Amino acid sequence: MKWNRSQPGFVPGVAALVLCLFAGFAAAAPLQDKGKAAKPHAANAPEKQFAVPTPPFTPGIFPCTECHKEMKPNPTRREMKDEHTNIVLNHAQGQRWCLDCHDIANRDKLRLASGERVSFDESYRLCGQCHGDKYRDWRAGVHGKRTGMWNGEKQYLLCVHCHDPHDPGYKPLQPMPPPARPETIK
Amino acid sequence: MPNEGVRDVHAHRMSRRKMMKGVAAVLGALALPAKDAPASVWDAFFQKNFRELSKPELEKVLARLEKEYGDRYKRPVKVKATPPIEGILYGYGLDLSRCIGCRRCAYGCIQENNQSRDPQIQWIQVLQLDKERGVDLEHAELYYNPAKVPEKGHFYMPVQCQQCESPPCVKVCPVQATWKERDGITVVDYNWCIGCRYCMAACPYGARHFNWKKPGLPAAELVTETHYLGNRPRPVGVVEKCTFCIQRVRNVPGRYTACVEVCPVGARKFGNLLDPEGEIRYLIENKRVFILKEDLNTRPKFYYFYAT
Repeated sequence: MKWNRSQPGFVPGVAALVLCLFAGFAAAAPLQDKGKAAKPHAANAPEKQFAVPTPPFTPGIFPCTECHKEMKPNPTRREMKDEHTNIVLNHAQGQRWCLDCHDIANRDKLRLASGERVSFDESYRLCGQCHGDKYRDWRAGVHGKRTGMWNGEKQYLLCVHCHDPHDPGYKPLQPMPPPARPETIK
Repeated sequence: MPNEGVRDVHAHRMSRRKMMKGVAAVLGALALPAKDAPASVWDAFFQKNFRELSKPELEKVLARLEKEYGDRYKRPVKVKATPPIEGILYGYGLDLSRCIGCRRCAYGCIQENNQSRDPQIQWIQVLQLDKERGVDLEHAELYYNPAKVPEKGHFYMPVQCQQCESPPCVKVCPVQATWKERDGITVVDYNWCIGCRYCMAACPYGARHFNWKKPGLPAAELVTETHYLGNRPRPVGVVEKCTFCIQRVRNVPGRYTACVEVCPVGARKFGNLLDPEGEIRYLIENKRVFILKEDLNTRPKFYYFYAT
């Protein structure tokens, strides 16, 4: 589903959805909860799919099963010596390794802490497990970049479009030239 | 009579009043279009203020401009005058904890809004500030040019038109060539502006820029989707400023501004201030926010914030 807030019925739709969720508590819930449920912020809406561009895979690397289907999975934590040597983990290294995020049985999927498999298009859910505050801001459109129509269909970038998941710090850029000093303008 | 000769002398000398009248008449005649000027020049000369144009008059003006630009740049140019969308008040957010000072926004803006390349005009100015000092404009650096940004110990603050709710630039204009539209965008009628630059003196953000020369704009780089109050090519001697990309954002659906689209770190946010579900309201309600030079009571609709 494409997320389009300007679409008529979106806001009531979200409100109805949240109201349904709250309906379970309806018997026990005091009245003031109703007011809260009727006005949810977009960021607090239930889990939904976002329309995102293709994840930025290294050319030719996906689908991973192309190579991995022939291999026997080795669940032992180890350093990669033969393949993927270009990946140097600089993201809570020491605390985890490949198979904490990549699924062992299906290499074309990622793996949440719960064991649920998610596709690479939904990698924001994986990142959001630790970076909950950023995930919340991203869903509200405040963290990360959106392009397209400000009052219509938007494109979301995935976390991994700006942050290399194995080394997520944003890389410095060369600045564009400074403006001309007034004294140099003829 | 003894005084007769004296009076004769006076009669042949030109009085000061007469001379001033003559000078005024000659200067006035010089300001008029030449006798053999084409009709379109006379039309431009007698054109009313944008806000006083009736619908048919406006259409004539737009057609005249399209023809003029088409002849000058040898490309079809569209000049629109899309009115404000009802129920919209544009607001802008800029995340200072994300901005890395790469100046992509300034150049994206030049491209989209047909600013003069030579002499150079930039509607967005990116300031480099010291983290130790905070937002201290006295110590801002505009001309930083390291190999890579961000530099250690610094943060960056792009400044452009703040789209004030009480804009001092509008108050000082002696001919009402600049005003705030219903959707909150302050615009300039380039055909009505007399180039006195009072508005530039009044703006506390340095957001207005003057065309000292005929704008140097290569025809190949011209963006041909234009708005009368926005990015259409400007004549020499008028003031211009950021219009939140009026040619883009006034459509339904309307594109994001060029600076939002080009920002590589996603520090720039744009939306409707009146939409309680929008990202602008979210950042105002949930983040640390400030407006620039709040003490001047200009009430900007441009919110600097820190997402972390």
